[in-house]
Amino acid sequence: MTTPVAQEQENYLNNSYGLKSWLLTKDHKRIALLYLATITLFFFIGGAFATLIRVELLTPQGDLVSSDIYNRLFTMHGITMIFFFLIPSIPATLGNFLIPMMIGARDLAFPRINLLSWYLLVVGGLFALFAMLAGGVDTGWTFYTPYSTTYSNSWVIATALGIFVAGFSSILTGLNFIVTIHRMRAPGMTWFRLPLFVWAHYATAVIQVLGTPVLAVTLILVLCERLFHIGIFDPALGGDPVLFQHLFWFYSHPAVYIMILPAMGVISELISTFSRKAIFGYHFVAGSSIAIAVFGFLVWGHHLFVSTQSVYAGLVFSFLSYAVAIPSAIKVFNWTATLYKGSISFETPMLYAFGFIGLFTIGGLTGLFVASLGIDVHVTDTYFVVAHFHYIMVGGAIMAFLGGLHFWWPKITGRMYPEGWAKLSAGIVFLGFNGTFFPQFILGYLGMPRRYHVYPPEFQVLHVMSTLGASVLAVGYLMPMVYLAWSWKYGPLAGPNPYRATGLEWKTASPPPLHNFDELPVVTHGAYDYSTVTEEVTSVG
Amino acid sequence: MKIPLFPEQASTFAPDVDNLYFYLIAVSVFFTLLIFSAVFFLAIKYRRRSGNDGVPKDVHAGILLEVVWSVIPFGLAMVMFGWGAEIFFRESRPPKDALSIYVVAKQWMWKLEHMEGQREINELHIPVGRPIRLTMTSEDVIHSFYVPAFRTKQDVVPGRYSTTWFTPTQTGKYHLFCAEYCGTTHSGMIGWVYVLSPEDYQDWLSGGKKTGTLAERGEKLFNDLACSNCHKPDNSGRCPTLVSVFGSTVKLVGGATAKADEAYIRESILRPDAKVVFGYQPLMPTFQGQVTEEDVLELVEYVKSLTPKPPALAPAAENKAQASNR
Repeated sequence: MTTPVAQEQENYLNNSYGLKSWLLTKDHKRIALLYLATITLFFFIGGAFATLIRVELLTPQGDLVSSDIYNRLFTMHGITMIFFFLIPSIPATLGNFLIPMMIGARDLAFPRINLLSWYLLVVGGLFALFAMLAGGVDTGWTFYTPYSTTYSNSWVIATALGIFVAGFSSILTGLNFIVTIHRMRAPGMTWFRLPLFVWAHYATAVIQVLGTPVLAVTLILVLCERLFHIGIFDPALGGDPVLFQHLFWFYSHPAVYIMILPAMGVISELISTFSRKAIFGYHFVAGSSIAIAVFGFLVWGHHLFVSTQSVYAGLVFSFLSYAVAIPSAIKVFNWTATLYKGSISFETPMLYAFGFIGLFTIGGLTGLFVASLGIDVHVTDTYFVVAHFHYIMVGGAIMAFLGGLHFWWPKITGRMYPEGWAKLSAGIVFLGFNGTFFPQFILGYLGMPRRYHVYPPEFQVLHVMSTLGASVLAVGYLMPMVYLAWSWKYGPLAGPNPYRATGLEWKTASPPPLHNFDELPVVTHGAYDYSTVTEEVTSVG
Repeated sequence: MKIPLFPEQASTFAPDVDNLYFYLIAVSVFFTLLIFSAVFFLAIKYRRRSGNDGVPKDVHAGILLEVVWSVIPFGLAMVMFGWGAEIFFRESRPPKDALSIYVVAKQWMWKLEHMEGQREINELHIPVGRPIRLTMTSEDVIHSFYVPAFRTKQDVVPGRYSTTWFTPTQTGKYHLFCAEYCGTTHSGMIGWVYVLSPEDYQDWLSGGKKTGTLAERGEKLFNDLACSNCHKPDNSGRCPTLVSVFGSTVKLVGGATAKADEAYIRESILRPDAKVVFGYQPLMPTFQGQVTEEDVLELVEYVKSLTPKPPALAPAAENKAQASNR
């Protein structure tokens, strides 16, 4: 392989020091690391809530905490994980770090707005943290009315304001990505030479920009009713409670695609690199990201099949939900076909990619169950739905996040993670995840409702299995925290392109210099042309 | 220890939903095995061998393969869609002869009202083999009426009536859950549905305290609240007669029409000026805050019971009570 780059070489990490150099940075790579630290904190806060939930559910009685506390735990678990971890996770960290490098740019289009986005997330997060410390919020992450506007006796306003502010972080990040991808591509980087990671983030950014404002408006309406008793959702004030659900899910269903599309982008890069082959059906995988972003806006009503929504609306939303499943299926088939006649190696990121395909397949197929009107009437608001969306959002998005974090870790830090430990933790995460959530499909079909503090004793065995799985999963999540931190200082030097990958980000030093490239690249071939890698790598060091 | 995988089947819908569920499981297991074994097989067969550092040739398949693996899953999905929609349509159309029961949900209990006047809390007694129709509303937040053994669930929304129906197929005792998160004791808002044999159901009906039928209680309220001062059976009052109103199409001020269903009558009691009958003044005061949801249901039942008298009987208010008895 190549000779490792000497650490003394100037890069984005060592060109300036001190707190101020970080808090006022306009470098997309440093901002990505600020995001990484922030969302990691929120991930472990959300994880702590999940731990308490799983321990409480070991027994049918409510013996660990009171019902009021339990309701706050699952609410704050959902809010923390969705709004302050999953939605910023891959786009704001890996996307922020990599998109300019992948398209051959020095930075995002608006570096100051990029920094502002991070501050908005922090301010929003502080509102939410304040609400948690002051006593918490108990509406469920879905804020259904009129419970949230009239009946809940908890910190609804502070939490909603936190999500409102964090939403602008998401909008500005999306805006920045769209403009960057349109305007900042290196010479020769045509649309169909873009890595699929960039395509996926482009689709995500469109959803962020178009969807998030609806959530902001909806939260403001909730605040108007809660603070000023303006009748919008509460029928006692002349409002319509189901209207809230339409508005909320108009954003919150596409929000699932904000979480999963970037994950799919990561997986495309991993599968290609570790098969040393172009992604099979590149155009279809790229196009399916756009199709998901568009169709994703048309399926929100499948959350309302039993809400008193009209039967015909249910019919249309069920049909469209099946339509949106097809682009996801296309991706899975193309990833699998990429392996054919490849040269496959099994480094940690590839193990995560395999794990993603497995868990996303199960999550996607169980989506067909809940899209079916007849089945959904029975399983909606049960653990079946809980299991389904965890397979997508944890089994899908977090597997891809960890896979991507390992894959680009040498680029970010200049150091390799310890391969043995990393493979072990990937295996533990996969097993622990299935142990936690597979029993919940069975629980749900048996009729166990979600958000139950106390439950009938016949459900206990499956709950105990789920909690055991969660204990394993927790170990799997803690391990990377430790060894990644260790490797930042002690890991072996990585060199510019340890995996012999094709992206432009691998054609510069690790860690990259402040402006990414010593000489801006000119692109002459498609994203996954491995025949060009060997000689280029040797020329970088 | 035996772990159950499926809930009991205790309604006519249950086997239908389960059959669709088995179809979905079959399709899912097939595709899961297909993907898992393909990934496993390809990853092993094409693993990178030491010494072989070459770049594999790209494989391009035509558009045909992409079309095939899009169209086949789409076809299978359309079966799921049509099958599920067919069940859903049947679930949303209660038969005419269904036994009607009212449900009023509140934090954190279920109140059930039978036409014959029986009231229950967190318990529902129903006969086996008869279609049961529930008309439901909530006094506060959204709840959801869920009986897993029947495979039916319906949100119960404040400010409106929702309906659901089912035909129990076997006697027994089944869980009733609130499935929409509703606050502190959400998980305590549970109860039991007792499905009785027809004989046991008759025994149950004849037991307990007699409080009059729903319609009789409604009539008492109708007089106590002085509704009868204006709504006179012979249409001589300042307000329209309510005889035969239920189920009819009412002409409104402004030319619109409204179908006089339960929701229309409820709205007319609580927000009388929302829909004013053609030819009348908006004189009626609101009864919002004076009547509970249960009172409204009793009044609705009373209005439903008002059918034209046979000519032999004088159309006096006293006689109407007789006519409205079963």
